[in-house]
Amino acid sequence: MAPLEVADWSPLWISLKTSFTATFITLLAGLAAAAWRGRHQGPVVALVDGACLLPLVLPPTVVGFFLLLLFGRNGPLGRLLVRMGATVIFSWPATVIAAAVVSFPLMYLTARAALEQVDSRFLEAARTLGASEWRVFQRIALPLAWPGVLAGAVLSFARALGEFGATLMLAGNIPGRTATIPIAIYFAVEADDMTRAVAWCAADILISLALLGALYYWTHARGPARWTRR
Amino acid sequence: MALQVDLEKKLAEFTLAVSFSAEDEPLGILGASGAGKTMLLRCIAGLEHPNRGRIILGNTTLLDTESRVRVPARKRRIGMLFQHYALFPHRSVGDNVGFSLGRLPVAERERRVRALLEQVHAAGLRPRYPHQLSGGEQQRVALARALASEPKALLLDEPLSALDTHLRSQMEAQLQETFLAYRGPALLVTHNIEEAYRLGARLLVLSRGRVAAWGPREEVFRRPPSVEVALLTGCKNISRARAISENAVEAIDWDCRLRITEGVSGAVRHVGIRAHHLDFTKYPDGGTNQENVQRCWLVSFSETPFRITLFLRLHKPPDESGHHDLQAEVFKENWERFRDRPLPWLVRLPPQSLFVTSQ
Repeated sequence: MAPLEVADWSPLWISLKTSFTATFITLLAGLAAAAWRGRHQGPVVALVDGACLLPLVLPPTVVGFFLLLLFGRNGPLGRLLVRMGATVIFSWPATVIAAAVVSFPLMYLTARAALEQVDSRFLEAARTLGASEWRVFQRIALPLAWPGVLAGAVLSFARALGEFGATLMLAGNIPGRTATIPIAIYFAVEADDMTRAVAWCAADILISLALLGALYYWTHARGPARWTRR
Repeated sequence: MALQVDLEKKLAEFTLAVSFSAEDEPLGILGASGAGKTMLLRCIAGLEHPNRGRIILGNTTLLDTESRVRVPARKRRIGMLFQHYALFPHRSVGDNVGFSLGRLPVAERERRVRALLEQVHAAGLRPRYPHQLSGGEQQRVALARALASEPKALLLDEPLSALDTHLRSQMEAQLQETFLAYRGPALLVTHNIEEAYRLGARLLVLSRGRVAAWGPREEVFRRPPSVEVALLTGCKNISRARAISENAVEAIDWDCRLRITEGVSGAVRHVGIRAHHLDFTKYPDGGTNQENVQRCWLVSFSETPFRITLFLRLHKPPDESGHHDLQAEVFKENWERFRDRPLPWLVRLPPQSLFVTSQ
């Protein structure tokens, strides 16, 4: 096949769409989990902590397998969805679910660390000034932790962009619908189409470099350095 | 409005157990570092939870462990000035001061912020950020922020300790001014004796979590109830003592008898005198007939710009140990007058300056 003659750009759009949606979900869920974690202690928290970090340590295929069990036609969530007239597996939402679950621990960990870094005196000062816990979080803790949270989002995005194993298990390789860049690369190599594989690899490298640049900008140039003492 | 505090909080080293009340005047809380001063303020503000106790501010019960009342910090309406001010670094001075005024309409809020900043002489700082402020400016802003919420009580944790000497006196004047204008109990924690005295009409001395003294400042300094309080309030000369009559004691460590003006009870354990109360007047008759006059030798001395501290040994010339019995503080011009007198000198411990403790 000639190189970019039949240029099918769909993996790029699917990858970006999936990664952005997944990152948005992880950002909210990771922040909520991290904020909840900061306010509670005890064995339950340790258990939740473990569950949150599991997707980070398990091989993506294992995560994908469990997701398949969960969302499959006979899985608890899958059956519920079928009753509502929706199938998730081997559809675009499945790529989002796989990417979100796999990238969640990164968001959770960085958000937790960033929130823990916030000097508790600022939070206490806000409380003595009459602020509710929500206001303390939204006006003080979150803005002060924001550079770290943003860094976590960038990491999550990178992880979502590179997601392969769980995506393949849950969403398969349906060109134009679920085939993301990593999956396109895998099947290009499989089909011995090296030019296409190299092109997608180059695209991936470019996006990753852009992400690293963004990460550096947010954590250094615009980061907490702004507020440090003279 | 009165603040009544009676609480117990278990800490790693000891239990903080204090009971006192404060009216509409500043109360200085004095104590060595680690005595529980900051913890006490945090308990009152609602940032820490005492194991047992009751805190009542005016007619409101803020805490009563018996009836399970515990008003959260945000509803206590207690203004707190943190040791390093804790200004929100990501918000401008105006936003910091206006933080507690979120419910007001914008124009009204702006007006209030301006008035508060003017009150602490910091009107020009409004658009700046905390990291652009000097220590003194940060404190002014923190003070304005605490006052903005119209607190019913004001708690200040070592407000001057982060400042250098020349700013300290300036900010102390600011605090004096604020206290004068403020209607409500104000608690000021410090480990600086003079600061506590100048700013607090009444004093509370904390020692290892307990109230060692509590009363009008003159009283606490004039008659410290224990050796501990005497030391904490800066008294340098203390000797074990035994009562020998109604107005005389035997100072055991100083090996002499001293007349005192207070009535002495049998329970006297110590006698003390502050360093600047020692008197080096020259007596024409050699001083032998003067009461409370003792012979002493100079062991060593140390100078500050205007004063000099003398370390003296009673009855005997100094030996190699460098041991001294008394520490005296005199102004330099006074020192010039008697430094060349031959030793031994005569030192008088004026009866009206001596205090005795029975604890």
